[in-house]
Amino acid sequence: MPEKKTFKITHNRKWCKDCGICVAVCPKKVYEIDRGDRHAIVRSQDCIGCQMCVEHCPDFALTVEEVKDE
Amino acid sequence: MRLDFLRSERLPNIWCPGCGNGIVLHALLEAIDQLQLDPDKVVLVSGIGCSSRAPAYTAFDNVHTLHGRAIPVATGIKLANPDLTVIVVTGDGDSSAIGGNHLIHAARRDVDITVVVFNNYNYGMTGGQASPLTPDSSITTTTPNGNLDRPFDLVNLAAGAGATYVARSGIYFTKHLVDHLRKAIAHDGFSLVDAVAQCPTYFGRFNKKGSAGQMVTSQKDWMVLKSVAGKKTPDELAGKIIIGEFVNIERHAPESAAAPKEQA
Ligand SMILES: Cc1ncc(C[n+]2csc(CCOP(=O)(O)OP(=O)(O)O)c2C)c(N)n1
Ligand code: SF4
Ligand code: SF4
Ligand code: SF4
Ligand SMILES: [Mg+2]
Repeated sequence: MPEKKTFKITHNRKWCKDCGICVAVCPKKVYEIDRGDRHAIVRSQDCIGCQMCVEHCPDFALTVEEVKDE
Repeated sequence: MRLDFLRSERLPNIWCPGCGNGIVLHALLEAIDQLQLDPDKVVLVSGIGCSSRAPAYTAFDNVHTLHGRAIPVATGIKLANPDLTVIVVTGDGDSSAIGGNHLIHAARRDVDITVVVFNNYNYGMTGGQASPLTPDSSITTTTPNGNLDRPFDLVNLAAGAGATYVARSGIYFTKHLVDHLRKAIAHDGFSLVDAVAQCPTYFGRFNKKGSAGQMVTSQKDWMVLKSVAGKKTPDELAGKIIIGEFVNIERHAPESAAAPKEQA
């Protein structure tokens, strides 16, 4: 059985403008705009590494990389 | 996308939250990366507008020219140094209104440059006025009761003027957008990509298009792939924008210089 892949999400708070596009395009609901209207990573364990959020962030604020532990 | 293609010290960019320009820029940098171009031989040339600020965020040599005048400057750069890959970054207003004459004549001459139109259907920088690409009936600052004019179809305009590569894509379809940008840049001759972006601050707000996220994902509803559009009836295609490759003509022999050979 191949193990479930895990991904590391990096969010650059200084560049993010809390626009919510990553929230709208992520198929796994990894992000939310929280009650303070701020971008928040809420379900990083569900990330499948599809890169939708990275490619659609207008502010280059996200990277998603696979975590490889040998 | 290579992060070292960005001039990090100039970020965050000045664009509004949710502006589509950053998504097109990301796709453009990815296309340049995929082509493995020598970064020292890539030049980005822009006019004036929110979109025209994009080149200044990149590590490539770039020229921020006057409103509408990116194409003549790009033509000069290409003629003086045909080894360079010259890419024009322009807005719908910059390219089709004040710069419209330059666009059609560069297409007619088949100058080997790539024009990437960051098309947000309005003049973002100056407060959301109508451009020649604003759809009819749309609300803008200058068309408060709805646009009475019909827009140019930029793809048909470029094709009619003689462009040898023409494609359209949208910011939801990032892989499709990168693929067509890559083909346009690699193309030997005049190429244009109509990259449908978004201006949530003006066009989106005036026309009640919802949040920036809704604007991006709604492209799935009003854009149709060219391959799929062929199987649809005119009724099914009403109000839809077709994306894909529309013109791809190889005029130049492979060994020819990149600059146009003939005087049309
Ligand atoms: C000669 C000249 N005329 C008018 C202007 C004012 N102006 C600045 S940007 C712009 C329109 C920009 O629209 P577009 O090209 O669609 O770019 P966007 O801001 O939407 O990305 C205008 C009319 C100018 N800067 N120079
Ligand atoms: S898309 Fe980018 S800028 Fe917008 S909220 Fe997400 S991380 Fe922030
Ligand atoms: S990579 Fe895909 S699944 Fe992971 S956070 Fe981004 S959009 Fe969501
Ligand atoms: S005004 Fe429109 S085009 Fe200009 S930065 Fe804001 S959202 Fe983008
Ligand atoms: Mg515009």
